[in-house]
Amino acid sequence: MITYLEAIREAQAKALADDPRVYIYGQDVGAFGGAFKATKNLAKEFPGRVLDAPISEDAILGSAVGAAIEGMRPIIEMQFADFSTVGLNQIINNAATLFWRTNVSCPITIRLPSGGTSGSGPFHSQNMEALYAHYPGLIVMTPGTVEDAYSMLLEAVAIDDPVIFCEHKYLYYHLKADKLPTEAMPVGKARIARSGRDLTIVTYSAMLHEALAVAEELASEGTEIEVVDLRSVKPLDTDTVIASVARTGKLLVVGETFPWGGVTAEVIARVATEAFDLLDVPPQRLNAKDTPVPFHPNLWAAHRPTARSIAVAARNLLRS
Amino acid sequence: MLQILASDGKTASVSPQQNQYREAFRWMMFGRLLDDKFATLYRGGKIHGGVFIGRGQEAVSVSLGLSLRKGDIFAPLIRDLSGRLAFGEPILDAVRTYLGSALGPMRGRDGNVHRGRPKEGLLPMISHLGAMIPVVNGMLLARRFQKREGVGATCLGEGGTSTGAFHEALNQAAVEKLPLILVVANNQFAYSTPSSRQFACETLVDKAVGYGVEGHDLDGTDLSACLKTMGQAVASARNGGGPQLIVAKLLRLCGHGEHDDAHYIDPKLKDSPCGRDCMAVAEEFLLAQKLADATTIASWRNDFQQQIEEAVAKVQREAGPDPFKETWQAISSTHLMELHNAIGSNE
Repeated sequence: MITYLEAIREAQAKALADDPRVYIYGQDVGAFGGAFKATKNLAKEFPGRVLDAPISEDAILGSAVGAAIEGMRPIIEMQFADFSTVGLNQIINNAATLFWRTNVSCPITIRLPSGGTSGSGPFHSQNMEALYAHYPGLIVMTPGTVEDAYSMLLEAVAIDDPVIFCEHKYLYYHLKADKLPTEAMPVGKARIARSGRDLTIVTYSAMLHEALAVAEELASEGTEIEVVDLRSVKPLDTDTVIASVARTGKLLVVGETFPWGGVTAEVIARVATEAFDLLDVPPQRLNAKDTPVPFHPNLWAAHRPTARSIAVAARNLLRS
Repeated sequence: MLQILASDGKTASVSPQQNQYREAFRWMMFGRLLDDKFATLYRGGKIHGGVFIGRGQEAVSVSLGLSLRKGDIFAPLIRDLSGRLAFGEPILDAVRTYLGSALGPMRGRDGNVHRGRPKEGLLPMISHLGAMIPVVNGMLLARRFQKREGVGATCLGEGGTSTGAFHEALNQAAVEKLPLILVVANNQFAYSTPSSRQFACETLVDKAVGYGVEGHDLDGTDLSACLKTMGQAVASARNGGGPQLIVAKLLRLCGHGEHDDAHYIDPKLKDSPCGRDCMAVAEEFLLAQKLADATTIASWRNDFQQQIEEAVAKVQREAGPDPFKETWQAISSTHLMELHNAIGSNE
């Protein structure tokens, strides 16, 4: 068995082995192997290519842009996605604008350990995909399976543009697969994670598994839910979403992060503007609450969507 | 010793240093005249966006540009037109970018001081101060991986030293012992904010000690001092001496941009030693040392003015970017373009 976290480690090992242009730079990624051990033993296996960085997110990300200009393919580990805001300027104003402004591409992969685990609090729990997807010039990946964590990270390194790779911390240890994949769906294609004809749930990353649990639960009541895993939120595979809505006529979009704007709003906007006639009832969205992520498990569990709250939203939609 | 033919037909012997001084002065003059032209075009409504000129900083900027070699990296800031020219930026790149020609390196997608050719080592600055320093660091880090040579230089004002980006990047360069040359032109004002409201240390070069890098202080109005110190610092970086922090004291002899009359600058400061015009100081030196006579200097001026007029006349006939031919594509991976990016956008 291989975990989601091990898949990320293995993808980086393969990238380093296959391509001399690849190096890893981030806080504690060297001999220590990373705060979550996503780079365990890589510094030993690839001497001089896995470098500890000072606690300087702006300089870490800015240097990645420079290295990319000179032909390298840096993988940057932000210790927590939350800390990427310290380097936000380099991501959105240097990395994301470089190709547009100069015709020089900027192949960097920025790994963001994302999402909540109980007890992590406001500054170690954030999901940043909506923020980065807002800016032109970035690819934003949100893998929700072990297979995608592996294959999409390899594709992120191969892509000639800056990639925000949102890897979910809750899935690091919880999610396991039998083996690493040998083939993969291309980035930019959503996946039908479960087929159904009564309701479409569109989601991604850790919420995929909450949605699948709901689909399983409601199946026992005779309701067939189709679950669409977006895989990447930018590009966003609107065609697959609309094709699913065409089958079900009902849409629920679930995201783990804050409600204002964001991925769930984008999906609903696209379906409403392009496929309004396919909807039997108004589409719904379910997000976290509009507060910072709470620390205490009682509050944390109520802050983000769960299988329970998704099931309530799904049942309401099915009744309407 | 080189034999230089003066305009009066007589030959004079000059040392390499003297020859470098003359060359530097010529780049300073070229930059000053081109800056003046941009300011005139701006006042005539011919330039979109702001115009920021390097009046008073030419000696510092040119000394850096001349100290670098082809293959080195240069990330100039807003007052470095002279340094860009000395480093090798074609005058047409500058004129095309200011006048919005589609043939310029930025193709109308970015403008004015935000121009460059990254693959040729000339970086296009973003507006956020200090942000280009780590980019230069990364390029130098890449060259270390690739076993390629070269140093990297970038410029900042004293205001830029107050940013987190400056701190993070200088520390990063020090930790990695990168051949970075960081030139701070302390021109006494960050837009309108005087140095007294910007930092509290005795002199900015004191910061070098804190970062564990070599520091250099210099009189930015004195071309001889600029050439000497800049040359030493670049050589030190090239020879494994690690990052170099150079702080030049001078006065900005213009507004922040051409929209700004700089009324807030105290006349006493203009009359102080740091308020000297480096161009006037250098010209006086050239004449006093008989490195050039007035006729020669006038002929240089005429030659540069002619080049500038020709470039402007040429570029003014060039078309601006066509929004209907624009790809509107912000990523290079065409296969990952958002097919639905027309949603709510201005189509």
